[in-house]
Amino acid sequence: MDQIMGNIDLLIQFPIVNLKIILDGVMIGALFALAAYGLALVWGVMNVKNLAQGDFVIGGGYVSWWSYHNVPYFHPLLGVPVAFIVMWALGWLTYKLVISRVIERDLFTSLLATFGLAIMYAQLMNLMFGSDTQSLVLDVTGLGLENNYYFADGLIDLPAAKVIGVVLAAILATGVILFMKRSRMGQAIRATAQDARAARVLGIDTEKVYAFTFSLNSAICGAAGAIIVMVWVIQPFYGITYSIRAFVIVTAAGLGNLPGVIAAGLGIGAAEQYGSHIFGIGYQQAIAVILLLMVLIYRLVQQRRNRQVMQ
Amino acid sequence: MKIQKIAFYGVLLAITVAAPFLFPSFSTQLATLWLFIIVSMTWDMTGGQMGYNSLGNIFFYGTGMYVAAVIAIGLVYDVGEYTGASGGGRYDFTNEQYILGFVLGSLGAGIFCAISAVILGYVLFGLRGPYFAIGTLGTAIAAGELVSNWDWVGGGQGITLPVYSGDFDQTKLFIYFAFAITGVILFIFLKWLYTTRFGAAINAIRDDEEKAEAMGIHTMRYKLVTWAMSAFFIGVVGGISAFQLISFEPLETAYQTINLGIFMVVCVLLGGKGTLWGPIIGAIMFQIFKEVTWNYFLGWQWVALGALIVVTVVYFQDGLMGWLRTQKPEWFGVVVDDKDGEAVR
Repeated sequence: MDQIMGNIDLLIQFPIVNLKIILDGVMIGALFALAAYGLALVWGVMNVKNLAQGDFVIGGGYVSWWSYHNVPYFHPLLGVPVAFIVMWALGWLTYKLVISRVIERDLFTSLLATFGLAIMYAQLMNLMFGSDTQSLVLDVTGLGLENNYYFADGLIDLPAAKVIGVVLAAILATGVILFMKRSRMGQAIRATAQDARAARVLGIDTEKVYAFTFSLNSAICGAAGAIIVMVWVIQPFYGITYSIRAFVIVTAAGLGNLPGVIAAGLGIGAAEQYGSHIFGIGYQQAIAVILLLMVLIYRLVQQRRNRQVMQ
Repeated sequence: MKIQKIAFYGVLLAITVAAPFLFPSFSTQLATLWLFIIVSMTWDMTGGQMGYNSLGNIFFYGTGMYVAAVIAIGLVYDVGEYTGASGGGRYDFTNEQYILGFVLGSLGAGIFCAISAVILGYVLFGLRGPYFAIGTLGTAIAAGELVSNWDWVGGGQGITLPVYSGDFDQTKLFIYFAFAITGVILFIFLKWLYTTRFGAAINAIRDDEEKAEAMGIHTMRYKLVTWAMSAFFIGVVGGISAFQLISFEPLETAYQTINLGIFMVVCVLLGGKGTLWGPIIGAIMFQIFKEVTWNYFLGWQWVALGALIVVTVVYFQDGLMGWLRTQKPEWFGVVVDDKDGEAVR
């Protein structure tokens, strides 16, 4: 208790620390928002709640990590497109083998099937890469930048890797949004999300759209993972917390609400950083999950109010 | 009751009693089999019979473990001091203290879990369908993370319980029968429960909750009572498990969300949801599959289990009993009408 009060005291006495926490949270939250956007896409288009979302993220991280250690002259930044492509293929395979068979079924089926997939992927990664936490060091001194920038007498440190990560995440998100808005396939995806039957009547091959959407989701997650491995650590069993964070964000923001997803992503990143600063780093995973429960309860209360209005 | 039925149950009971004596080297596996049967049956109470698919029933298992351990230790020593020593200090338990701790601990764990089910249920039963599943999963994960940060109950290291000072084989037998008796009581209880009005009411909630409510069933009350009953039994077996494992830690053994927490669902799906025998048959099938993969695919056993989950859910969701029901409906007392509308037996 004393420790918690002390930590809160620190925040009040040195307001600059708040800035550091928020900055850290926003940078990490940008990556959460990416995974959440993929989840919202799959959820909205094919009504599948993908609990293996986080394992795609971690999978992308391991693709980048493995390439760095096994391919000569491999730059960590190159991992982002490589992970995008590899995870695209894996997502397509997953869709063809499992997801395509659960789309028409009830929601619990898809939830449980993807939970099984999550366990399988986590264990496969554990067998292939070992259970140690891994990360890559992004050295940008070659590009004429410093690895760390300091502000406010060194109280705030801003690693270049994190800034690059956020920029990459932003580029990726912009690319996906433009694709969804402008391209023919993006239009088809949006049409299928609105009404799959009508889309089919109008000549859209919804099966193809579903496969494409799921692969795209997996690829986005993979790219996010390749960024995460540079700014954070990955471990085969960290996937489930990313899935839960994605669920928190999508549940809080609502489906098809893109600005909401971004805002909720950044918000949960900041909330987690605050929580782990105040309660200690050991609570970071717990905070992500408790936020989920809080969001669910909040939605429940909101719905209850709606129901009373109806009467 | 017909004579065949009495003979059937008599044989089953005889097997239950004789099994640990016939296969003494397998008594731990047999105890685990009972554990799986019990948690599957309790999961089916809410998942199969009431239509609320929980992914977080493991919460009660872990909580049961901790409550039982805290009660057993707390009867004799100061809990904080005991866990603080983390097995370093010397804490002796007499046999009477051990047995008393075992009985009171397991029952206390059950009662505590039943109460916590009512409290949690008030919040979580407002959620429907997949949201309920995610909400309960979140509760279980959060509980595990919080307990692993709670130093009073040993933090991430968990608790090491006292050991019975008697014969080792005797302890194993004792644990086996604790599980078996709980299982038999649960079976008899459920067999009776599913024939009562209460059973019909929770089936009505599964089939259409709005209609059930319109028919005057207090759905919330039924949901809470059902979950509390299932939580009681999970809590009791959680407590027994704590004494079986002796030493346990929060994330991998107590709140093992991705192991037992999901296995119980798979067991029920394998056997058949919403039937009395489905969970039992499913648990036996699953246990056999698990032991085989553990022995022959070491290292890949988890991948095989994940694959089993996916295959079961995607291709074989009705389970063995569901498959039998479509093949031989007359075995289940389902009357099939022929073309002229006459009932054919």
